[in-house]
Amino acid sequence: MARNVTTRHKITATVAAWIVALIIFFPILYTIITSIKTEPEAIAGFSLWPSGTFENYITVQTQRDYLKPFMNSVILSVGSTILALIIAIPSAWAMAFSPTKRTKDILMWMLSTKMMPAVAVLVPIYLLFRDFGLLDSRIGLTVMLTLINLPIVVWMLYTYFREIPGEILEASRMDGAGLWQEIVYVLTPMAVPGIASTLLLNIILAWNESFWTIRLSTTNAAPLTAFIASFSSPQGLFWAKLSAASTMAIAPILILGWFSQKQLVRGLTFGAVK
Amino acid sequence: MGSITLQKVSKVFGEAKVIPSIDLEINNGEFVVFVGPSGCGKSTLLRLIAGLEDVSSGHILIDGKDVTDAAPAERGLAMVFQSYALYPHMSVRNNIAFPLKMAKLDKAVIDKKVADAARVLNLTDYLERRPSQLSGGQRQRVAIGRAIVREPSAFLFDEPLSNLDAALRGTMRLEISDLHHQLKTTMVYVTHDQVEAMTMADKIVVLNRGNIEQVGSPLELYKSPRNLFVAGFIGSPHMNFVTGTYAQSKNAKTAGIRPEHLGLSKDSGIWRGVVKVAEHLGADTFLHLDVEGVGQITARCDGEFGAYHGDTVYMTPDETKLHRFDDKGLALRA
Repeated sequence: MARNVTTRHKITATVAAWIVALIIFFPILYTIITSIKTEPEAIAGFSLWPSGTFENYITVQTQRDYLKPFMNSVILSVGSTILALIIAIPSAWAMAFSPTKRTKDILMWMLSTKMMPAVAVLVPIYLLFRDFGLLDSRIGLTVMLTLINLPIVVWMLYTYFREIPGEILEASRMDGAGLWQEIVYVLTPMAVPGIASTLLLNIILAWNESFWTIRLSTTNAAPLTAFIASFSSPQGLFWAKLSAASTMAIAPILILGWFSQKQLVRGLTFGAVK
Repeated sequence: MGSITLQKVSKVFGEAKVIPSIDLEINNGEFVVFVGPSGCGKSTLLRLIAGLEDVSSGHILIDGKDVTDAAPAERGLAMVFQSYALYPHMSVRNNIAFPLKMAKLDKAVIDKKVADAARVLNLTDYLERRPSQLSGGQRQRVAIGRAIVREPSAFLFDEPLSNLDAALRGTMRLEISDLHHQLKTTMVYVTHDQVEAMTMADKIVVLNRGNIEQVGSPLELYKSPRNLFVAGFIGSPHMNFVTGTYAQSKNAKTAGIRPEHLGLSKDSGIWRGVVKVAEHLGADTFLHLDVEGVGQITARCDGEFGAYHGDTVYMTPDETKLHRFDDKGLALRA
C-alpha cells in the first residue's frame, strides 16, 4: 500500500516537474522552432510545425559576421567575470571573516544598486564613456559588465565564505600562514565549488546582458546581444531571421549551462540544503 | 621553553566584560587546565594567549617576552581546536606538513618530521587519506600531529575531546597525558569537564564569569576549595551543601560534605533519609536522598550496600572531611 502511494507520488511529481520545465523552456523552444520556418510561416501565426528550412541561418551568416560578436561575447563575459572575481574574493573574504557593525549595511548598499533601473544612470554613464573614449571599446564594456555584476558576485561569494568554518582559518594563522597564504592555500581551495558556480553564473549573466552592451557599442565591441538586436532594423522585422540569430547567440551559453548544470545547481542551493 | 605569564589581562566585547582582569603564571612544562561552566571565559582566555583575539588591556608574556601585539604565528604556540579544524582539501600528510611548509623548511626535513609524527600518533597508514575519510579519533590525532611537528613552546587545546564519544574520550585523555610526559612541553587545556581537568592537570585554573576562583593542583582543589563555587564544581558527584541548624552547630553559614564522606548505615546515624533515586554503577552506588530537616543529599556508597528506591538510610558526615563556608561563600579554615 505504502509502496503504491510513493510510486503514484513519484509519477505525479515527475509529470509536474516536466510541465513546469516545458513552460519555462517554451520561449527558447519556440525561438528554435521559428528559426527553421520561412518568413511567411513565421508571421502567419502560432504553429509548432515548421517547414524545417535552414535558409535563415545561411542568410544570417552571409548578411552579418557571426564570429566577431561571438568573440566579443566571450571576451566580455569571461573578462568581466575574472575581473569581478579578483575584486570580489578579497572583499567577500573580508566581510565574511572580519565583519564589523557596518558589514550588513555595506552588503545591502551594494545590492541596492541593483534595485535601481539601469536607464536612470544611462546619461551620466554614456557621457563618462564618451569623455574617456570608451564607447564601443571592449575594455569599457568589460569594466561596465564587471561593475553591474559585482554586487551579485560579492553576495554569492560572501554566502559561500560564511559556510567555511572560521576555526580552519584560525588554524592556518596559528600554523604560520600569512594573509596571502591563508587565501591561496586554505580559503580558495575550500571555496572552489562556490567560486566555480559564481563564475558560471556570472558568465551567463554577462553573456546575456543587453541593456548596456547594446547602448555602449556599435560595431567593434558589439557582442551577440547587439548582433540579435541588429536584426530588428528599420527595414522591418524578420521573425525567422531574428530567431535564427537568437538561437546562434544563446547556443554557446545553453551548451555551457547544460554541461555545468550540476555545479550550477549545487552553487545556487549552497547553504540552503544541508 | 614555554612559560606563559598573564598580567592584568582583560577582554571586553562591546558592552560585555568577558574577562575583567586576570593575573596568571604558567610554568615551563606544566599541564594547566582551564575549567569552568560554559560562558566563564575559559576559551576566550585561551584565544587571547593564542593571539586569535586581541586583549583589551594588560600584557601577555611568553618566556619573558611581551607578545601582546604579536600575530598568532609569531608566538611559537600550536593549537588544537574543538572541531579539529583540519584542512579538508589536503591529505593527512599535507595537513601535518602545512605548518612546516609555511615555515619554508626543506622538503627532506618536512618528510622526516611528518613521518616521525605519524609514527608517534599511529597515522602512518593514513597519510594519503583525506580528513573526511578518517574517524573522529583519527582526525583528532591528525590535529595533534599538526601541532607537534612545529615543536612549539606550548600547546593550546580548546575542548579537544568534546566531539568524541565517551570511550574514545577516555583513550584520547590517556594519549594526551602520555604525549605530555614524552614531550615535556607546556600544555594549556580548556574543558568544561571536571573529570578531564582532574585526571590530566598538574594545575587547574577554575574560572567563573571571567574571574579566577582558584588555582591549584587537582587534589588541593578537591581537599581545600577556597569557596562555594570551587567546592561545588570540583568533584563528582557534586559536594552536598547544608545550611541551617547543622551548619550553625559547626559555626558556619554553609557546611559542605562530599558524597564519599558520608558514613552510611541502615540502622543509625545523625541524618535519616529516604532514597529517591539509586544509581548503581557496579563498584559504587550513588544515592539521591531526601533528608529530614536537611534537604536533598547525594551519598556515594559501596556497590554492595544494597539500597533501593524508597528505602530508609542513616548517614553520618565524616567531621574531619567537613568543609565550612562563611556568609560570603568563602571557606573557613579551622
